[in-house]
This record gives sequence, C-alpha cells and structure tokens, in this order.
Amino acid sequence: MTKQQANWSPYDNNGGSCVAIAGADYCVIAADTRMSTGYNILTREYSKICKLADKCVMASSGFQADVKALQKQLAARHLIYQHQHNKQMNCPAMAQLLSNTLYYKRFFPYYSFNVLGGLDNEGKGCVFTYDAVGSYEKVGYSSQGSGSTLIMPFLDNQLKSPSPLLLPVQDAVTPLVEAEAVNLVKTVFASASERDIYTGDKLEIVVVTADGIRREYMELRKD
Amino acid sequence: MKLDTSGLESAAPVWGAPSELVDGFSAAPSFEVPNTTDFDGFQKEAIQMVKPAKGTTTLAFIFKEGVMVAADSRASMGGYISSQSVKKIIEINPYMLGTMAGGAADCQFWHRNLGIKCRLHELANKRRISVTGASKLLANILYSYRGMGLSVGTMIAGWDETGPGLYYVDSEGGRLKGMRFSVGSGSPYAYGVLDNGYRYDMSVEEAAELARRAIYHATFRDGASGGVASVYYVGPNGWKKLSGDDVGELHYKYYPVMPSTVEQEMVEVAAA
Repeated sequence: MTKQQANWSPYDNNGGSCVAIAGADYCVIAADTRMSTGYNILTREYSKICKLADKCVMASSGFQADVKALQKQLAARHLIYQHQHNKQMNCPAMAQLLSNTLYYKRFFPYYSFNVLGGLDNEGKGCVFTYDAVGSYEKVGYSSQGSGSTLIMPFLDNQLKSPSPLLLPVQDAVTPLVEAEAVNLVKTVFASASERDIYTGDKLEIVVVTADGIRREYMELRKD
Repeated sequence: MKLDTSGLESAAPVWGAPSELVDGFSAAPSFEVPNTTDFDGFQKEAIQMVKPAKGTTTLAFIFKEGVMVAADSRASMGGYISSQSVKKIIEINPYMLGTMAGGAADCQFWHRNLGIKCRLHELANKRRISVTGASKLLANILYSYRGMGLSVGTMIAGWDETGPGLYYVDSEGGRLKGMRFSVGSGSPYAYGVLDNGYRYDMSVEEAAELARRAIYHATFRDGASGGVASVYYVGPNGWKKLSGDDVGELHYKYYPVMPSTVEQEMVEVAAA
C-alpha cells in the first residue's frame, strides 16, 4: 500500500510583485495591490507594503496569510526592542531580525518573498532582498514575486550597480534622483502588468527619505 | 547464534541456465531489482539522491604561507539566476572564514551561529577557539539535523595556535581534515585546475592567482557558477580579502581578443 498523501496544502499563492530601489538619500519601495488565488481576483486593493520602523519598510509577495503573520511577529519584536533600548530599530538591524524570524520556521516556512527598504544610520538608502527561508543580502535594487522574472532583467539593464563583492569596493546605490527612480518603478510595473496575470490593478509606491515616509498611487491595467 | 542473511539473497528471478540457448541468443539477463512496494517512487528518490546539487563553486587550500579561500557569487533557483552577488565566503571572526555551498539560508544562519559560539568560547576560556574545535561545533549541530533537509557543504578555514587549518563539513554529518578542497557543482572543473597548479611552496600572489583561475574555469564551464570570483587569504594575523573580479572580465584578461588578419571582407550588396 503506497504512502498516504495529504489532499490539501497549507499554502496558497496570492501573487503580486514588489520592487525596491535604493538611492543616495532615499529609498523607493513599491508593490501592486492585486490579491489573487488561482485564476480569481480576491481584491484589487490589498496593500503588500508594511512600515516596520520609522525608516524601514517591507514589501512582501507570496501567501498573504503568512505575510500578515510575519508582519505581526516583526511588529511585536520591534516593540520589545523599543522598550529595551529606548530607540527605534535601524534598517540593517531589522534586516537581520527578519532573516532570523524567517529561519526559525525553516521546517515549515513562511511562504513570503520579501524586500526590505529604508535608510541606514548614515541616511543612505539600503535595500535587502530575501528568499523564503531567510537568506538575505544588501543590494542596490531588487524585485520579488510573480513578476520578478520580468522586472529584474529590466532593472539590471537600467540600474546595473557594481557588485558589492568587487575589490576595490564600489557603491551599490543608484546615481538616479528620487523622481527618476519613482518614474522607473512606474514604467516597470506598467510593463509587468502587460505580461503577468497576477500583477495589476493599482500600484502603491512608498518613498522613505530623511523627512519621513511619502505614499503615492498609480492606476495599472485591471484585466 | 545463527546470522540472518536473508537480506543478502537476490530477489530477482534467475533465468534458466545458459545451456537453454534458443536461436543462438543468450537468455534474458537477470538484474537485481530493489525489493520495494513502490518501484517508481523509489527510482525517483534514487535519482534525487545523486542529482548534482549545490550550484556553486568554492575552494580552499593550505600552502606554505597559510590558507587561500575562493568562491564564485552566483545563486540559482532552478534555472533562474536569483543573484550574481551572493557573499559565499562568510567571515565568522577576524581569523576564521567559512564557505557557503548548498542552501543559502542554511549556510548563512549556521555560520552566524558558529561565530556566536566561537565568541562565547573565547569569553568562557579566555583564548581563541581552534579551527578543529570550531569545525567540530558546526559538524555536531549539522549531524543533529541530519535527515531533516538542511543542505550545507562548507569549508572552515582559519589560523590558530597550531598554524593553518582547513576542514570540510557537510549536512550529511561528514567532517574531513585536509589540505585541498573544492565544493559545489563547479568543483570538478576547479579541482582540475587546482590540482594541476598546486605546489606547497607558493607565494601568496601565486596561490591567489591559482585560486582565481580555478574559480574562473569553473564558472566558464558550469552554468550554475558565475558572478564575481572572490579570493581571501588567511594568515597568522587573520584573513584579508585579496581580490574580487567579475569573471566576465577575467575571461578577456586571460584570453584577450586578438585582432586577426582578414583575408576577404564581406561587402554589403547594394539593394536591388
């Protein structure tokens, strides 16, 4: 008698794409607002972006139930940190916390593909990109989600930043100005919506600067 | 005590003796078939076991001046290159390095954990941990998770009181001491270059160039390796990063394009 297989899966994929670009004194984080399951659209207005700290924002695509649980975990741990250290967590610290939180569920992972963006202690933009179990690296730009295979090559072409592994060390942040980066993000999502069925409806853009956090919306294809 | 040798008996039906040849053809060959209930599933599992995993190339070797460690920087998810700038040489502490092959998250997490344990050892014992000790700590942790799906193929390289040290540790629970190792899907290619050019008494520059070439050749032939070839040196004063070169540029450095003499040039045909 063959081994009994489960007839349901604890996971689902709600689709969507996220992008983050780091600049000299800003960071742009964007995600579409479509939430789907299979060929159905559940809602056109779901935010995948979550503010974790003053200067630290996370966008996640994948299984939104796991994403919500992950956001709650991080918010709770951040609160404890604030009580213990009397200050907000900075972006690199939050990046490490997210990595550890993901790895603690190594044998029943959060089905969540994250990009973390914000400003580091010196006010420079930083973007961290993750896989589902917590491996992460600091990069100049990144995309995750169903449209990432369409978006990444285009970002590579427009923003190709020198690898942080090269010696002598070269800066990874893009030389683009904030307005140019936001325009690039809008272009990228417009293209992705054309060819990825899970990306579309509306684009939510969050820009983190020294002055604070600014939010912007743009309509995308609804088909 | 009678030993139970039932496991050694062949389960395959044995065909008739060769004397029963018909039309000159030999009897159908018998071969051993695993005694399982689900033959197809078993086949799948067996193939998965020998499937080349750990798309990467890392290498490390001990020579007269210390330890040389090098790696590529490509991460692939199936056929998609998820990153060309992964740090595969992890700095555990200022005098010990670990290499990453296999699951990126597994390697990152457990190397960081090892760094924490090494620091705690230093504080508790007022002296640095040896490379032998550090590699044993990691190997014991990985052994306890054996069979649960961790994928780690790492080398721990360092300099302690006994001199240079190099160990290979993997998620199956293996731990080997050695002078030369290469881990990953590109390792056969790296071994070819490394074993050919290796001498114990090399200078640091020669050893670095050998390591760089070995990684370059592996990235040239192995699709799962690429990006930036990083080379680190571990000496009596700790590790130092010697170089990080894009392998595409290394290609033209090692094999520059020679302008060749043209015998006949193709001329554009005027449109009719």
